[in-house]
Amino acid sequence: MPTQLEENPVTQTVQASADPTSLGLSRGKRSRPLYDPPIVKRALVDSFVKLNPVGMAKNPVMFVVEVGAALTTGLLVKTVVSQGPGFGFELQIAIWLWFTVLFANFAEAMAEGRGKAQADSLRKTKTEAFAKKLNGAKVESVPASTLRKGDVCVCEPNDLIPGDGDVIEGIASVDESVITGESAPVIRESGGDRSAVTGGTKVLSDYIKIRITSNPGETFLDRMIALVEGAHRQKTPNEVALNIMIAGLTLIFLLACVTLAPFAQYSVTAAGSGTVPTVIVLVSLLVCLIPTTIGGLLSAIGIAGMDRVMQHNVLAMSGKAVEAAGDVNTLLLDKTGTITLGNRQAVEFIPADGVTDAELADAAQLSSLADETPEGRSIVVLAKEKYGLRGRDVAHLEAEFIPFTAQTRMSGVNLEGRAVRKGATDSVRDYVTERGGRFPQKVSDASDRISRSGGTPLVVADNDRALGVIHLKDIVKGGMKERFEQMRVMGIRTVMITGDNPLTAAAIAAEAGVDDFLAQATPKDKLDLIKREQASGRLVAMTGDGTNDAPALAQADVGVAMNSGTMAAKEAGNMVDLDSNPTKLIEVVAIGKQLLITRGALTTFSIANDVAKYFAIIPAMFTLTYPALARLNIMRLHSPESAILAAVIFNALIIIALVPLALRGVKYRPLGAAALLRRNLMVYGVGGIIAPFPGIWIIDRLLGILHLA
Amino acid sequence: MTINGWLQIAVFFALILACARPLGTYIAAVIENRRTWLSPVLGPIEKIIYKICGIDPLEEQHWTRYAGALLAFSLFSALLLYAIQRLQGFLPFNPQGYGAGSVSPDLAFNTSVSFATNTNWQSYVPESTFSYLVQMLGLTMHNFASAAAGLAVAIAVVRGFARQSVQTIGNFWTDLTRSTLYVLLPLSIIAALLLCSQGVIQNFNAYTSVVTLEGAKQTIAQGPVASQEAIKMLGTNGGGFFNANSAHPFENPTPFSNLIQMFLLFVIPGALTYTFGKMVRDTRQGWALFAAMSLLWFVGVLTAYHFEQKGTPMLEKSGIAMQASDDQPGGNMEGKETRFGIANTALFATITTDASCGAVNGMHDSFTPLGGLVPLFNIELGEVVFGGVGAGLYGMLMFAILAVFIAGLMVGRTPEYLGKKIERKEVKMAMLALLVLAASILLFSAASSIIPLAKGGYWNPPGAPTANLGNPRAHGFSEILYAYTSGTGNNGSAFGGISPNTPWYNLTIGLAMLIGRFCMLIPLLAAAGSLAAKKQVPVSAGTFPTHGLLFVGLLAGVVIIVGALTFFPALSLGPIVEHLLLS
Repeated sequence: MPTQLEENPVTQTVQASADPTSLGLSRGKRSRPLYDPPIVKRALVDSFVKLNPVGMAKNPVMFVVEVGAALTTGLLVKTVVSQGPGFGFELQIAIWLWFTVLFANFAEAMAEGRGKAQADSLRKTKTEAFAKKLNGAKVESVPASTLRKGDVCVCEPNDLIPGDGDVIEGIASVDESVITGESAPVIRESGGDRSAVTGGTKVLSDYIKIRITSNPGETFLDRMIALVEGAHRQKTPNEVALNIMIAGLTLIFLLACVTLAPFAQYSVTAAGSGTVPTVIVLVSLLVCLIPTTIGGLLSAIGIAGMDRVMQHNVLAMSGKAVEAAGDVNTLLLDKTGTITLGNRQAVEFIPADGVTDAELADAAQLSSLADETPEGRSIVVLAKEKYGLRGRDVAHLEAEFIPFTAQTRMSGVNLEGRAVRKGATDSVRDYVTERGGRFPQKVSDASDRISRSGGTPLVVADNDRALGVIHLKDIVKGGMKERFEQMRVMGIRTVMITGDNPLTAAAIAAEAGVDDFLAQATPKDKLDLIKREQASGRLVAMTGDGTNDAPALAQADVGVAMNSGTMAAKEAGNMVDLDSNPTKLIEVVAIGKQLLITRGALTTFSIANDVAKYFAIIPAMFTLTYPALARLNIMRLHSPESAILAAVIFNALIIIALVPLALRGVKYRPLGAAALLRRNLMVYGVGGIIAPFPGIWIIDRLLGILHLA
Repeated sequence: MTINGWLQIAVFFALILACARPLGTYIAAVIENRRTWLSPVLGPIEKIIYKICGIDPLEEQHWTRYAGALLAFSLFSALLLYAIQRLQGFLPFNPQGYGAGSVSPDLAFNTSVSFATNTNWQSYVPESTFSYLVQMLGLTMHNFASAAAGLAVAIAVVRGFARQSVQTIGNFWTDLTRSTLYVLLPLSIIAALLLCSQGVIQNFNAYTSVVTLEGAKQTIAQGPVASQEAIKMLGTNGGGFFNANSAHPFENPTPFSNLIQMFLLFVIPGALTYTFGKMVRDTRQGWALFAAMSLLWFVGVLTAYHFEQKGTPMLEKSGIAMQASDDQPGGNMEGKETRFGIANTALFATITTDASCGAVNGMHDSFTPLGGLVPLFNIELGEVVFGGVGAGLYGMLMFAILAVFIAGLMVGRTPEYLGKKIERKEVKMAMLALLVLAASILLFSAASSIIPLAKGGYWNPPGAPTANLGNPRAHGFSEILYAYTSGTGNNGSAFGGISPNTPWYNLTIGLAMLIGRFCMLIPLLAAAGSLAAKKQVPVSAGTFPTHGLLFVGLLAGVVIIVGALTFFPALSLGPIVEHLLLS
């Protein structure tokens, strides 16, 4: 195999960002503090706006609370008008029920606020620009908003690119910080996988001609604004199922509370004492029992999950895609740029018999001095590091450089009668034998060995002498092995995709620790692999950038397109990584999992909380009817009113207390399902049963101290 | 609690455990249409049945057709039973000469529904109401059919998990035929003979009049008891030949016959967990369900036995020995048979309500408050602790779906059970079933505890709501709650102390039984249909493990917490306050 075959200009610029100790759920560069004052301010206002019952009806649990709060307020008014007893108690219940609704609204508004703030800053950049539209050979200046698909424009330095498009002529450096937040300019050129430009970005140098690919209002920037704002947020499949479950539980608790009135009626008659609990008390019990914690935070969790993806500079086209990322069973990762550094590097010189290491190194260095490929540079560096050979001044040597061609598959230098060449084993063998030399067995063996180990052998020859072999090797990025190990623990299979031959691929796969590999992969192979995995029930995630990746990106359950890639790829995937860092797929998976875990944890916690609330409220309801039930008052709450109030207050406060958890997500650990479940069940299940007991008790004490009940 | 008592409980459990695997394997073979060792005898009969009925045994049904066949079958057989009851005066095998007069339309409705739904709630006194023909052709036939139907549904639900990417869940008629012919009939025949050996009667004689030693006149009822008794237990039906049910010496004469009956009650539900494991090709999954069920069963027995043995302060004050000794059982013996004692009565009460059987060998009404809470709460849990034939398994699978969904999200994946993703449709159907059951129990009980039915009016001849109750206080509330719980849960046991043979109770309990049966199994069949159409996700380290102790604990926990959260307010005004009022 020739050396400089694998060409992936996009990924070559990417450096390993692996943090081997965690899955890197650190916050990205778009992060804001959790309680950013302007966001909080807007959220406070929105909490009240969201009281509109039309919007509330979409959330059955909180809608029930709102109806309860309204009912309680009505009864409170009645008490005031009729000057009946119990005003103080009813007032406090009413206030806290409204607070329960407001707290839930606040959580949702906080989650939305972060996206809205970002959308605002994006909108500011969307100023009205003028486009230099090509009309035949003439350039005319038109407002950018009049451009339609297929129009062709030219852009010169300091022009804003008027719309999304493909470069059809020229090359330019472009500042894309508007969308990526990254200030370093990127290269955009016609043809290939770096041809896509985005409206709103700025040309810094040179000149390009672009063909517009989207109509106004449908541009990438428009979509991005809509997405971060969550304007058309649809509930994800698991969220829908969870909503059904908590709505069902709400109905069951509604039945339990409604039927409690007749049961109490019977009991009051049977016992001959006491009264049937008032509507306000029954409403209080209902609100405490229905899963308000998860009901109030559910949408906030979903929005915050999307936002977390955004903080990693990944634009998810739907919440469904983020959720699917958590479900992924198989991860397809391109070798180059994702698993290995973009280029192979020289790691070893193996001399032929009778040749010294230094001699080989010297020849190798000579042959690479003019070789500007990363591989060539790495040979110079190795020679320098290992044998102290300084780089020589190329011009001074008066040498003739022989560039690499696909025919010769060799490159090198002619100087002082020497003809130093380096290249693929076969080519150099021919070169040497043509000149009457003998190709040493040791060199042949060494190059075979290197091939088998996944490396690339480069044979160095001087005229008819084969001097030895340079071992070029794919360098696996730091920390990748640990990450794949974590993936395996999480039950995710990693498959490396490469154009290498199976032998090389196997060796790198083994070194990187992936579970499987697809060698000599064509785009069709990739698509077939995805289909095969899906047919056996697996969910597949992949990254891609080229137009030929588009079918696979569309087929994959999670397709992350690189922002640097073509428009076709970006359209096909359901996420776009604005940093064009393929390794980020792993983080997206972790965020997806974290999203689901947060939902499950709060659901479990919410249901587990009910146990303590029963022990607070049921004895309080029936103290007069059945004084014996006071023995269920195991928290020793000091009066029936304070018991009910304390449960209602606890129920409201727990929502606000869990807002940070909902927005940040439950701390995610890459563990196997069994270990994760055991841990979370202990924390949120058992913890959820225990926590409210001291909580309600403390509130009860405080109410007593403050003479509120 | 005595060592002897615990030993008897241990022997019972050991028998169930020992039979789970062999019987479970056999049932799996029957249900998967494979050859069994009974095929040479029963195969030809099976073929004839299919031929007469025009059934293609290999035809597969979509869940809607499966459910439709089940509904049609239940409706037809219920109507048949209604007719037989009302026409018994014109039919043979009626030595006592009972006519239509002893069966009112509302009672006939209640009884038809009761037996068609595998509830066997009995608003009547059998020996003074029904002819032998009704008992044999009407009731016993239903005992087979309703159990077989339950088994069929469970198998269909399991197929939902076991199959992938298909639209069908089996053939109802084949499942019904094969489970009756290969499972219920052979076992019933053996059981009936064993019971006869213990003294259970089997005759068509008219009732015998005798003069007792005290000189009183007594009528001793007769009849073909053993044949009905076997399927009554095996099919978790529970409808007794006599009013006293398995406490009657002709139904359950000896401690050994008692053991046989308890064994029959649990043996199929226990084995079905293994069948389930076999069908989903991972027997560990079946054992996990078995373990969760055993755990809940054990807690129930422990509680009932403990409180029955402990007795009450009132009993103690009246000078009754509370400690078991060589010549005294101690504890609360009220409403219990001396030949069974406290351990066996507590065990029987627990398992008859763990399963949807409802046969009793002692009076639940006479249990201590918390001892009586066990049967009541068992039914409210959905009778998933081994449960009725078939019904227990599909009920437990419903809870498994919920448990996996609630906690499964916490592993960071869309919850899966047996490789099937638990999504919107499954959650919706499981919640629907749960909701309807809770609604039926709570709303009917609420109505019955306050609706002022006119005294002596048509709806409630004896008078006001409480007038039908033996105990108007908190215990009376437990009795109402128990009646609707038993009806909705298709259990059929009565707490007693309530006179339910009035149009109001007959109709409402009848409705509760219909709701409890069909509003549970239709959503579950729908879920099965949806599951069968899904692909199976391969197991990986990221898969929520559903065979370990953690899952067993989780499943049992979800069953208890869901039951407790739904019914705690009601229970606190019944058995719990009764208990607290004791001291």
